[in-house]
Amino acid sequence: MPKDGGIGTSPKRREDIRFLSGTGRYTDDINLHGQAHAVFVRSDVAHGRLNGIDTEAAAAMPGVIRVFTARDFEGCGGVPCGWQITSRDGSVMQEPKHPILAEGKVRHVGDPIAVVVAETLAQARDAAEAVMPDIEELPAVVDMKAAVAEGSEKVHDDLTSNLCYDWGLVEDNREAVDRAIKDAAHVTTLELVNNRMVANPMEPRVAVGDYAAHSDESTLYTTSQNPHVIRLLMGAFVLNIPEHKLRVVAPDVGGGFGTKIFHYAEEAFCTFAARALKRPVKWTSTRSEAFMSDAHGRDHVTKIELALDAENNFTALRTETYANMGAYLSTFAPSVPTWLHGTLMAGNYKTPLVYVNVKAVFTNTVPVDAYRGAGRPEATYQLERIVDKAARELGVSPIELRRQNFITEFPYQTPVAVEYDTGDYHATMDKLLEITDHAGFEARAEESKRNGKLRGFGIAHYIEACGIAPSNLVGQLGARAGLYESATVRVNATGSLSVMTGSHSHGQGHETTFAQVVAEMIGIDADQIDIVHGDTARTPMGMGTYGSRSIAVGGSAVVRAAEKVINKAKKIAAHLMEASEGDIELKDGQFTVAGTDKSVAWGDVTLAAYVPHNYPLEEIEPGLEETAFYDPANFTYPSGGYGCEVEVDPETGHVEVLGFAAADDFGNVVNPMIVEGQVHGGLAQGIGQALWENCVYDADGQLLSASYMDYAMPRSTDLPMFKVDHSCVTPCTHNPLGVKGCGEAGAIGSPPAVVNAVLDALNRGGHAVDHIDMPLSPARVWAAMEAARANMGAAQPAARAQETAGGRSVGTP
Amino acid sequence: MYDFDYDRPGTIQDAVASLKAEEAIAFSGGQTLMPTMKQRLAMPSKVVSLMGIEEMKGVRLEGSEVWIGGATTHATVQRELAESYPAMASLAGRIGDPSVRSRGTIGGSVANNDPSACYPAGTLASRGVIVTDRREVPADEFFQGMFMTALEEGEIVTAVKMQVPERAHYAKFIQPASRFPLTAVFVAKFADGVRVAVTGASEMGVFRWHEAEEALSSSFDAGAVEALATPDGTDMISDLHGSGAYRAHLVKVMTKRAVAAA
Repeated sequence: MPKDGGIGTSPKRREDIRFLSGTGRYTDDINLHGQAHAVFVRSDVAHGRLNGIDTEAAAAMPGVIRVFTARDFEGCGGVPCGWQITSRDGSVMQEPKHPILAEGKVRHVGDPIAVVVAETLAQARDAAEAVMPDIEELPAVVDMKAAVAEGSEKVHDDLTSNLCYDWGLVEDNREAVDRAIKDAAHVTTLELVNNRMVANPMEPRVAVGDYAAHSDESTLYTTSQNPHVIRLLMGAFVLNIPEHKLRVVAPDVGGGFGTKIFHYAEEAFCTFAARALKRPVKWTSTRSEAFMSDAHGRDHVTKIELALDAENNFTALRTETYANMGAYLSTFAPSVPTWLHGTLMAGNYKTPLVYVNVKAVFTNTVPVDAYRGAGRPEATYQLERIVDKAARELGVSPIELRRQNFITEFPYQTPVAVEYDTGDYHATMDKLLEITDHAGFEARAEESKRNGKLRGFGIAHYIEACGIAPSNLVGQLGARAGLYESATVRVNATGSLSVMTGSHSHGQGHETTFAQVVAEMIGIDADQIDIVHGDTARTPMGMGTYGSRSIAVGGSAVVRAAEKVINKAKKIAAHLMEASEGDIELKDGQFTVAGTDKSVAWGDVTLAAYVPHNYPLEEIEPGLEETAFYDPANFTYPSGGYGCEVEVDPETGHVEVLGFAAADDFGNVVNPMIVEGQVHGGLAQGIGQALWENCVYDADGQLLSASYMDYAMPRSTDLPMFKVDHSCVTPCTHNPLGVKGCGEAGAIGSPPAVVNAVLDALNRGGHAVDHIDMPLSPARVWAAMEAARANMGAAQPAARAQETAGGRSVGTP
Repeated sequence: MYDFDYDRPGTIQDAVASLKAEEAIAFSGGQTLMPTMKQRLAMPSKVVSLMGIEEMKGVRLEGSEVWIGGATTHATVQRELAESYPAMASLAGRIGDPSVRSRGTIGGSVANNDPSACYPAGTLASRGVIVTDRREVPADEFFQGMFMTALEEGEIVTAVKMQVPERAHYAKFIQPASRFPLTAVFVAKFADGVRVAVTGASEMGVFRWHEAEEALSSSFDAGAVEALATPDGTDMISDLHGSGAYRAHLVKVMTKRAVAAA
């Protein structure tokens, strides 16, 4: 009989009732007595010397309480960076100061210069227009390769250059890789751009600072994925507020996608201003501000080379990537193109030699940091594109070329530092080909041809490292934080539970899934269990949610804490039933003594714990509340095969996605419905990156795609019904639930599948195009076909869609 | 948004009087004006809503001519012209989203003359005449370039008149972000000739593709367009969504498709 609750079932998301009925409590819903409103004055130029700021007129305007500039933050720290990378030559990365408000220079469009705090939002806006910064415009640094050339204008005058770091993995393999490529039977080379993304969570960022003079305590309400991290960074490094005097609350948060991990200047500002003014200060980002102040994602320019032997075995892989950091180092920015990217360059393949080089570059653009997938989509994209290109060059099936090189034995130590614990890539490939009806593709392609369309099929396989990760390992890699997770299980006298987790839900559905896990362990209804998150005053020190880590790390902490509770409860039950502790079993909310008909209910035991009249007080303390901190032994390694079927209109270049299928191995799954929803969302974002989304700067550093008029988001009508399967299961070997995490997979695996499908369609239609950079807009696809047409008669090599060899990942149509 | 005065007159006469105030602006649905004001890119002293003027609303069929009140929403046009002028109903039904179509009006659209708007193409192709509070202006003279029209200070578009063609179709290729036309073509075949109006493509705003009109007037089929040279792309819009050459190419493709579907 199928289960109707617990692990593996799909109860509806309990939090959706409040989200869908307008009773959620988002940060902007928080309005405190006496609250003042902050409006930021932002730079409208990409780069300039800030010679002064005239705030006099603004300060005199109606309702204005105070105008803040950098001068007010003397004695405070800058926005800190949480990860330090060491370059190939052993030197540490260049780390510029990131002031709360611009000091001396403005470095990107949107860089905050001053803040007006006024009685009303309208008054603050009016006065913000009267703030007059004196900016002497400087040439903008936009192109990454030009930025690191000799004599380039510098984003930060006090650094030696615009190069943040020059990193290699694994440096000892470099020569062997070079040699293998030189000696290879075949080398496939590809230059590509991973386009810059704007995360666009539905809820823009908001910060409300509050200060209680009677206790000298500050509270920050903020749209964050990790309130404890914000408390630590802001308290210790920016404002010098000890953690016991600082509370950070991240209530309902309407989507994060990475961009709400980071500590932002606006959070520090509102906390600081509330102390300075002795009244609450609120800032709510406009959508326009979000485009120019939320950390962006991706933005890599890469050259990748794959070497193969005469039997088409991969023998070596070499990459050189320029990674855009933007104007300042956002919280985890340095880790994304390095440890979250280089370590994944082996992919699903047993390539014996891999060398990854990454040059991180400062430019006059919005800082770039983690965005759904963070480094792993960039790795997967390169790898899955070059494997397809190699297959085309060699005239072999891209499916068979992948299969031939799949890793099949686990654990597998890659040449790029990580060890995959488990996986079965042939199984996900088999499943993918089944659910995409690959056997029927040729017939469908014929049908398209009759309708004047070009049909194509593309696949991609991915591996990702999730459940980030063992603290001691990330510490060695440069993390300035631990990456465990915490949980407290508090059992109430009547048997209901509050589970306080350090994970944070901003759409993931933890209130449903974490409750399922605990309900399963104890055997009680999930509605007896409340999940508490997002408040440093209510939850143990936790690291928050990103990197698909919640169920793998946070869920494991919940399991460990619940196990402690159950072990103690068994002791109490043993006492109550006068039995040996070792004979006690807990099932369906009943404690029984093995081999007898004795039983006591969960509620009887919990009551005894808090009313300890008949209780082993000499052996154990009263009460039933336990905390666990879980630090995993390794990353988890979800993997899967994705397939995309498209139709290209050869006259316009328009791409229609006709079908998309995902065969994922997430290990064990707690709530299949939620997992499918996560994959759906990830696919929409990944397909969005492949076909529509593009953050574009011009050569002067002006943000061209600064609104939804020019930044194309995927819409439901653009997407087909997805086929999502997670029946291939190789459980994670090192966490108690055997789970791997599913939040990012869709965004990681889908872009190369889409691009491979479009190129397959074009080549089947006689257009010899070997690459088009994302997004594959109709204009780009058409231009690629035109270029290929122009080259056809001239015996030239297959045409490039456009120049990508330059350091600009931005600015081209 | 800055502070402004608001007036909602009930007659054209009162609206004209109200618009005499300095920096006053007419509001006819506000689907462009409101976002512009919210961004503080426009700061009118006074907003004069035309949405309360009954004599500017509705759709009437008079012989082979359609009269559409300036304050008639896209949704109403879509509904009312479904039988009598389906190509125009289809154009109206593909503007923006349901919210835009329930608020935006034809008068607002032609008066704004956004180079990527749909109605200017439909109006120009349908031998339209723009009726204002003081005169009637043929569409050929009314649309004068990107965001430029023949309207004088304070002049209101009270209605748009169109000739219903024998056959017509609006072929629209959307810009993926805004969903405005990247390039769209309205083809209208009358007994005595064909009109081809193009929006979204030119730096000069909506325009007629005369070569195609000539070719289609002698032979109304897609092959006649195929034989034409692609229009010159030099004056076409070139932006992050497509080059001038791409838009010029789309002009031809969309014209062919409009003819085939008409």
